[in-house]
Amino acid sequence: MEDGRRTTVMERAHHALQDEFLRKAVRFTTARLKNNKLKASEELGRWEDWRERGRRIRAHTVAHLDYYLKQFADQVRARGGKVYFAADAAEAARVVSGIVEEKKAKLIVKSKSMVSEEVHINRHLEALGAEVVETDLGEYIIQLAGEGPSHIIAPAIHKNREQIRDLFMRAGGEGLGTDTPSLAGFARRQLREKFLSADIGITGCNFAIAESGTVVLFTNEGNGRMVTTLPPVHIVMMGMERLLPTFADLEVMANLLPRAGTGQKLTAYMSMITGPRRPGELDGPDELHVVILDNNRSSQLGDPDFQEVLHCIRCGACLNVCPVYRQIGGHAYGAVYSGPIGAVLTPLLNQGSEYADLPYASSLCGACFEACPVKIPLHDMLVRLRRRNVREGRVKAAERFAFRGFRQAFSSPGRYRFVMRLARTAQRPLVRQGYIESTFGPLFGWTHSRHAPALDPVPFRERWKRLAPELEERALDREAVGQPAAVDRRQADPSRADDGGKGGAER
Amino acid sequence: MKVALFITCLVDNFFPDVGEAMARILAAHGVHMEFPEGQTCCGQPAFNSGYADEAREVAKNLLDAFADADYVVSPSGSCVGMIHHCYAELFADDPALAWRAHELAKKTYEFSQFLVNVLGVEDLGAQFPYRVTYHPSCHGSRLLGVRDEPLRLLRRVRDLQLVDLPGASDCCGFGGTFAVKMHEVSTAMVDEKVEHVLETGAEVLVGTDMGCLMNIGGRLRHQGKPVRVLHLAQLLYEGMRIGKVVV
Repeated sequence: MEDGRRTTVMERAHHALQDEFLRKAVRFTTARLKNNKLKASEELGRWEDWRERGRRIRAHTVAHLDYYLKQFADQVRARGGKVYFAADAAEAARVVSGIVEEKKAKLIVKSKSMVSEEVHINRHLEALGAEVVETDLGEYIIQLAGEGPSHIIAPAIHKNREQIRDLFMRAGGEGLGTDTPSLAGFARRQLREKFLSADIGITGCNFAIAESGTVVLFTNEGNGRMVTTLPPVHIVMMGMERLLPTFADLEVMANLLPRAGTGQKLTAYMSMITGPRRPGELDGPDELHVVILDNNRSSQLGDPDFQEVLHCIRCGACLNVCPVYRQIGGHAYGAVYSGPIGAVLTPLLNQGSEYADLPYASSLCGACFEACPVKIPLHDMLVRLRRRNVREGRVKAAERFAFRGFRQAFSSPGRYRFVMRLARTAQRPLVRQGYIESTFGPLFGWTHSRHAPALDPVPFRERWKRLAPELEERALDREAVGQPAAVDRRQADPSRADDGGKGGAER
Repeated sequence: MKVALFITCLVDNFFPDVGEAMARILAAHGVHMEFPEGQTCCGQPAFNSGYADEAREVAKNLLDAFADADYVVSPSGSCVGMIHHCYAELFADDPALAWRAHELAKKTYEFSQFLVNVLGVEDLGAQFPYRVTYHPSCHGSRLLGVRDEPLRLLRRVRDLQLVDLPGASDCCGFGGTFAVKMHEVSTAMVDEKVEHVLETGAEVLVGTDMGCLMNIGGRLRHQGKPVRVLHLAQLLYEGMRIGKVVV
C-alpha cells in the first residue's frame, strides 16, 4: 500500500474489505470483547454511575494537568527516578536513544506501549544497532509480521491462528500446532531468554499517580513484570495526560478499564512502580527513566471542542463496538491509533491535512460514545473535526458548492418548493416503478449497491391540502359523538411527567 | 391539544405515505394538527458534514416555522435527535437563537415517544398478522433516547409476531453522506444488517427512521429479497385498518 503517495482512508478501507481473513478475525474478536464488556459492566452494577465518576476524574485531572504533572514529576524525582518532558515524537526518540547509547545497550525488551508506537521507537533504536523485542504476545506477533498494531489493546486482532503459526514457524518454531498452548509456548520460550539477558526494559504507562509518583501498568501476560524487574534500566514512555491525582482515583479506573476493554473484572497483573529499586529490595531496576510525551496533546488543552480527547484511558471499547472498524480493521485508519478514538485523536496529534479524511470514516452512529467508560463524545468530536476541515478549506469544491446550494434552497420554503418541483421533473426519465436504478452520476455511491427511491409525484405538503380538512372533519365528528380530545397524560397525571421527551444522551 | 407536524424533508419528498399514516393515527386519537408551511429541513445533512453556517441558516427556518406550536411531532428520531442533541452546539454563539432552539427541543417529540409518553397510548387496536422484526435507529435510540416506545406499541398489535433482530443496535451503514462518501464500507455494513434481517425470517422490517429504512430497503430490493420495509406509522395504520378501528 505504501507506494510513496499517501493513501486515503477510502482506498485503505477498499483494500481491507477484500481481505476476508482480516474481516473474519476482526469480527470474531470484537464481538467477543463487546459481549464480555456488556456482561462485566452489568455484573458490576450501576455502570452509568461508574462512567460518570470516571468522566469526572478524567475531566478534573485534565483541567488541572499542569498541577498534576508537576506533582508527579516531583514525586518521581524524589524517589530517585529521572523525568524527561518531550515536546514531540522526535524529542522522545532522542531521549530514549540517548539512554540506550549511554548504557551501550544491545538488547531491549518492551511491554506493550502505544506511546512507543506513536514515537516509532523501535525503528530509532534498531538504527542504533540495538535489538528490540516486543514481549506482549500480540505485539510480538505483529513485530514478526513487520506491522503496526491494528487495535489499541489487541494489536494482532487482524491475524488468525494459522497466520500466527506461520509467522512463528518462520521465526524458528518447529512443528507448531494452531492451539493456544503451542503458540503461547513457543513465544514464552523465545521471550524468556530475552528477558534474562536484556539491558533495558521499556514500558508504557496506563496511569501515573501524581500523589506518589507511581507508574501503573495493566497487563495480562506477566511480561510487564519481567520487563520492569529483570533489566537494570527501566524506561517508561507515557503520554502527558495519563495522570490520576490519587490511588482512590485508580480504584475507579481499575474497575472501568479492564471491564470496558476486555470484560475482565480486574486486569491479570496490575503493577505499580514507584521509583527504582531501593536499598534492600530484591527486585526492580537500578535506574528508572520516565519520558513524558506531549506531541500536540497540550494543543488540545483549553479547546472546548477537543480537550475531552485527553480523557481517553485507551481501553479500546469504542473500537469493539464500531461498525466501521468491524468491517475494515485498524490498519485502514493508516495510523497508530485506530477506530473512533483514532479517527479523532490522529488528526489532532498530526496537524495538517495528512489525516484530515479520518473523521469521515464514521456513520456517526454514536456506539463509541455509548461504550466509552469515561463518556467521551466521540461522535460529536468527529463532526467538529469535519467542521474544522470546512473552515480550513480541506474539502472538495464540489461538496462546498453542493452545501451552498442546500443552504440556498432549504433556508426558504418558497425556494425549497421550487427546487423540489424542478427535481421531480428532472428525475422523470430515470424512474422505474418508483425507484431510480441508474448507476451513473453523483449518486453512484448509493445506487451501485442499493435502489434509490424516486421523489414522490405528490409531496406531503401538497397532500396535506386535502388531508387536513378530512382529518379535521373526522375529529369534529368524533367530538360530536362524545369521544374525548387528546390530552397530555403527563399533565393529567403528574407521576407520568418525564423530562420533556429527552431522556437520551445528555450533553 | 394542537400538534404541529414536522414531516422532515425526506418524508415530505420521498415517503409522504409515512407522514399521512402518522397524521391519520394522531387524528384517530383526537389530536388536532397543523402543518406549518415554513418548514423545510432540520439542517442535519449540512451539520454532520461540517457545514455549520449552512446548517444554521436552514435550522433557523425551522425555529421560525414551529415558534408558535404547543407540540411538534415528527416521524424521525434522527431529525428530532438533531434538534435535541445538536442545536445547542449549532447555536452556541447566539444566545437568543440558542434559547429558541432549547424551547423547540422541549416540545418536540418523535412519533412513538409522543404516542406512548405524551398521549399515554400503547394499544391502537391494530391487527397485523405477519412476522415482523424491528431495527432501532442509532440517532433515535442513542442521541434521543427512544428505547422501548416502538416495541411497546408493536407488542400490543394483535397477531403480530415480533422477532428479535440479531445485532439490532448495530448501525445499518446509512449515516447520511457517509453512505455515498464511504460507500464500500457502508455497503458492507448494510449487507450485515440485511443478513440479520433475513436470518429472522421476517416478512416485514419496521423502523422509525426513513433514512435507515431507505438504506436497508434499497439493499434488500437490489438483492431482490421480498421483505416489506415499513415505517412504524405505516405498519400501525395498516394494522388499524385490518383491525377495523379506522376505515
